[in-house]
Amino acid sequence: MTHFSALSLLKNALTGQKNWQAQWPDSQPKSEYDVVIVGAGGHGLGAAHYLAKEHGITNVAVIDKGWLGGGNTGRNTTIIRSNYLYDESAKLYDHAVDLWEGLSQDLNYNVMFSRRGVLMLAHNVHDVQSFQRHIHSNRLNGVDNRWLTPHEAKEFCPPLNISPNARYPVMGGALQMRAGTARHDAVAWGYARSASQRGVDIIQNCPVTAIRRGTDGSVEGVETAKGFIRAKKVAVSAAGHTSVVMDSAGVRMPLESYPLQALVSEPIKPIFPCVVMSNTVHAYISQSDKGELVIGSGTDQYTSYSQRGGLPLIEHTVAAICEIFPIFNRMRMLRKWGGIVDVTPDRSPILGTTPVPGLYVNCGWGTGGFKATPGAAHTLAWTIAKGTPHDINAPFTLDRFRTGRLIDEAAAAAVAH
Amino acid sequence: MLLVHCPYCDETLPELEFTYGGEAHIARPENPADKTDDEWRDFLFIRTNVKGPHFERWRHAHGCGRFFNAVRDTVSDRFLTTYKADAPRPDLAVLLADASMKEPSK
Repeated sequence: MTHFSALSLLKNALTGQKNWQAQWPDSQPKSEYDVVIVGAGGHGLGAAHYLAKEHGITNVAVIDKGWLGGGNTGRNTTIIRSNYLYDESAKLYDHAVDLWEGLSQDLNYNVMFSRRGVLMLAHNVHDVQSFQRHIHSNRLNGVDNRWLTPHEAKEFCPPLNISPNARYPVMGGALQMRAGTARHDAVAWGYARSASQRGVDIIQNCPVTAIRRGTDGSVEGVETAKGFIRAKKVAVSAAGHTSVVMDSAGVRMPLESYPLQALVSEPIKPIFPCVVMSNTVHAYISQSDKGELVIGSGTDQYTSYSQRGGLPLIEHTVAAICEIFPIFNRMRMLRKWGGIVDVTPDRSPILGTTPVPGLYVNCGWGTGGFKATPGAAHTLAWTIAKGTPHDINAPFTLDRFRTGRLIDEAAAAAVAH
Repeated sequence: MLLVHCPYCDETLPELEFTYGGEAHIARPENPADKTDDEWRDFLFIRTNVKGPHFERWRHAHGCGRFFNAVRDTVSDRFLTTYKADAPRPDLAVLLADASMKEPSK
């Protein structure tokens, strides 16, 4: 496998870019693995990478019903931040940001992590109080986050309209400078390349139809479109389809799947220096390196697996964007799409062991799973390898919906969900 | 945008007039004090989240204001039926047979 470096770039430039090799093979399934991961998104491929790299477990298959990175990994708005209210969440998401910072070097693959800052706008008194509470809580947890006045916000993000007559007046904002964006496809590709280089099989276009359990209740393997694959351990990392897969193992999940939409504009010259989120009007915006404005919307009100979503949400989001950034009034939007997100009742993920021996799960990320990719994958790999929770993912059990120890980021508001 | 039929107003109207009310036919326990933690978890948090025909509640918020039930396919988002809140749960097999008769191509 090619090691990417300035030298390899130069060498290939001199030979007309004709000698690049495929970065991973399209594997066919073997009859048995130590670990099977269901879902080849960033989270699943990442778990395979850390299993191989940190735990020496390489007899692993990552199986996907479509192509790798074709689900929510390729559909999100690529925002990375960790300014969550509760201690448990702050630890988990900040662990992910720590890993993001070294990810390109770790993978020898440029994931284009850009610490351009995420600014969350406050439009009313409740927002101001809630964001300041977040900032205090974040500082106690060692998470970067600070308060900006409307003028400081305008200085940081010049296209912002801070007129007091605006429909959604800007009363200030919370800025996390350590936050930013990354190239979402490159994250899936980088993890896939690294995992496959270490011996992991990536099996695409192979739907997992059921999880098979033995007479003692523990996992035996997975039924797939390409036949039964035996496995000692199975980890489900299937986002919006987690309920469906887990149901086949007899585990009912506290999840509901909703469409979440995003859209991009025509590409323009660099104008937007950061990420701006507005939870009250539910819109967020950044500019990709290609020049498109990347705009995220909210979830539709009804559950669905359709990967579409309705136009009213897009209209609402774009109206809000035009109000906050009048400069974008005449921009044309090129594409919109939907992904299916699995939402838990407390809006925190479920990460770790399940009541079924040998079955692990990583789900419930709702509208914000991309940012956590390395952190979730890293701690899930630990849990799969050792069979016990990692310190960081331990609070995010499935059992919390029985014990009542919820991590209630939804009621904490001001977290974009 | 979905078009939703309100069984009280007997009109088919844009989704924006309605709010979604989650899964239907989840009955509150009659004797809450007798319930175990597992039963409370199932009642409060566990949902079928089915990929296919889904029994769900809607409210005609900007119309008559009343709750009613619906069966909608969560893959196509197509409504199979809507019915009044006190009507019994319809037989899914009958609904699916009706739907396939209306659409011979599927």
